[in-house]
Amino acid sequence: MSDTPDAATVPRRVPRPFRSNPRPAVVRQSQRGWRFTPWLFLIVPLALLVTFTYVPVANMFWYSTTDWNGISKVKHSVGIDNYVEFFTRPELFRVFWVSAYYLGASVIQLALALYFATLLSFKTRLKNTFKGILYFPSLINGVAVSFIFLFFFQPGGTLDSVIGLFGVSQDSMPQWLGNPDIINFSLAGTSIWRYMGLNFVLFLGAIQSIPAGIYEAAELDGAGKWAQFRYIIAPGIKPIIGLSFILAISGSLAVFEIPFIMTDGANGSTTFVIQTIKTAFESNKVGLASAMAVVLLAIILIVTWVQRRLVPEEEVNLT
Amino acid sequence: MRKTLAATGKYSSLVIASLVTLVPLVVIVLTSLKTAQDYATSGPLDLPRHPTLQNFVTAFQDADMARAFLNTTIILVASVVGTIIIGTMTAYALDRFQFRFKKLVLSLFLLATLVPGVTTQVATFQVVNELGLYNTRLAPIALFMGTDIVSIYIFVQFMRSIPISLDEAATLDGANHFTIYRRVIFPLLKPAIATVIIIKGVAIYNEFYIPFLYMPSQDLGVISTSLFRFRGPMGTQWEILSAGALLVIIPTLIVFLALQKYIYNGLSAGATK
Repeated sequence: MSDTPDAATVPRRVPRPFRSNPRPAVVRQSQRGWRFTPWLFLIVPLALLVTFTYVPVANMFWYSTTDWNGISKVKHSVGIDNYVEFFTRPELFRVFWVSAYYLGASVIQLALALYFATLLSFKTRLKNTFKGILYFPSLINGVAVSFIFLFFFQPGGTLDSVIGLFGVSQDSMPQWLGNPDIINFSLAGTSIWRYMGLNFVLFLGAIQSIPAGIYEAAELDGAGKWAQFRYIIAPGIKPIIGLSFILAISGSLAVFEIPFIMTDGANGSTTFVIQTIKTAFESNKVGLASAMAVVLLAIILIVTWVQRRLVPEEEVNLT
Repeated sequence: MRKTLAATGKYSSLVIASLVTLVPLVVIVLTSLKTAQDYATSGPLDLPRHPTLQNFVTAFQDADMARAFLNTTIILVASVVGTIIIGTMTAYALDRFQFRFKKLVLSLFLLATLVPGVTTQVATFQVVNELGLYNTRLAPIALFMGTDIVSIYIFVQFMRSIPISLDEAATLDGANHFTIYRRVIFPLLKPAIATVIIIKGVAIYNEFYIPFLYMPSQDLGVISTSLFRFRGPMGTQWEILSAGALLVIIPTLIVFLALQKYIYNGLSAGATK
């Protein structure tokens, strides 16, 4: 597997640490090993990376300037027509409004996650039980989540029955998934149910990594719970809150699974990704769909760039 | 007085949140235990009058769950093993060597994390098709293995905590780089490997879109797609659909209860990339 000569014939080779000083002269003797060994380890990963990420991205840019339908052998160049079509056809462009519901939901989701993480960071009975209950939904299969909430929202389903317990008549219940004015609230609510626990566990982990001694000192100084939150917890977990918020923005543009499985994008619940996928695989407009994918990629790159500017380098950079 | 009030507020908000989380799930459990007639004549919150497990048997057979679990297992095991081998090799090369274009390679992997997977399927589909992988189990396996950058980061981070002196000692004993990777580094990466198995395992078990797009054949159904397709023929027979959903949820619940601690740690490692 290795191209280095038989170990016995080779003088000592000193592996260098990551980002190190110039290597010592001894190493020069096995120059060959140095130069090629890393590539032997990298060739398969790089081949997969290029094949399944960079070739598709490059093709996507290319397709986006053509009228290709995904099947035919010929692709005609159409310049920027696809982009113009996307930005000028209101029924395509309205997917951004759908994203706004999920962005709003993300804000609520992060606020709830922060609230419960703070609660459970203090001494609490049944702490692990509450933690487990709140977290478990984020592990559930998306198709199963969709089934649960199709049943939840259907007429006479779980939600109607629970509201009925408070004496509200069943006839006055809205169509949670049938009414275009309500459907996105229902679906975004499902998204909060599913993902709140994930943010909550991340926040809780960040809060618990703050040394306990700081709270004790603050308590001795007479700081109440609110002061502890305001002056210890909040600054301590600011980086992870910032990161979660940025991820929420790109996440709300990339919403797909729940609305696709539950409603197939019906009644005005089509998201950016559903629209892109349907344009490509149902309308066979691969060119137009690629242009949409390029727009999404551009937005996500911009959002990430802003994030890197706002969040200190050492908090995000893992390499 | 203020203290009791605060405690009441705290515990009532926790109980309400737990109820909001659990009620949709519990209702599905109740429904799955009802007979068809029982379901038709009772409300969602009513207890089953004649509890039965027959719905689970029906769902398991009609949704072809045995085959679905087999396909999911094959894809999961192959992808996870592949991810571990590829991820550890990449991390070893990136962390332990200085070489030309290292910065470039690093940024290629970094940049790839930003590419949103779902939309690029528009173009990835053509690549998979060209390679002749369409409608085979190899399509999801290759995609799960080839596009997983998060695992590589977890391995690189962990590898930095393994002292270089171990590599050096092994070199003195006459080990070549491959031997060092296999006998020194790989075994020491076990905690990181456990993390990757958990993150990756959960993600693949739950993945819907890739199998849906690349394996339309009924025989290649994984649990997500089999459950999804099950909805068509079952229409509104919610007692059976609920049982089907629970068949998919129960293994997750068991794994969660058994590995809670590792899952919490693993997901915080993975989610922040």
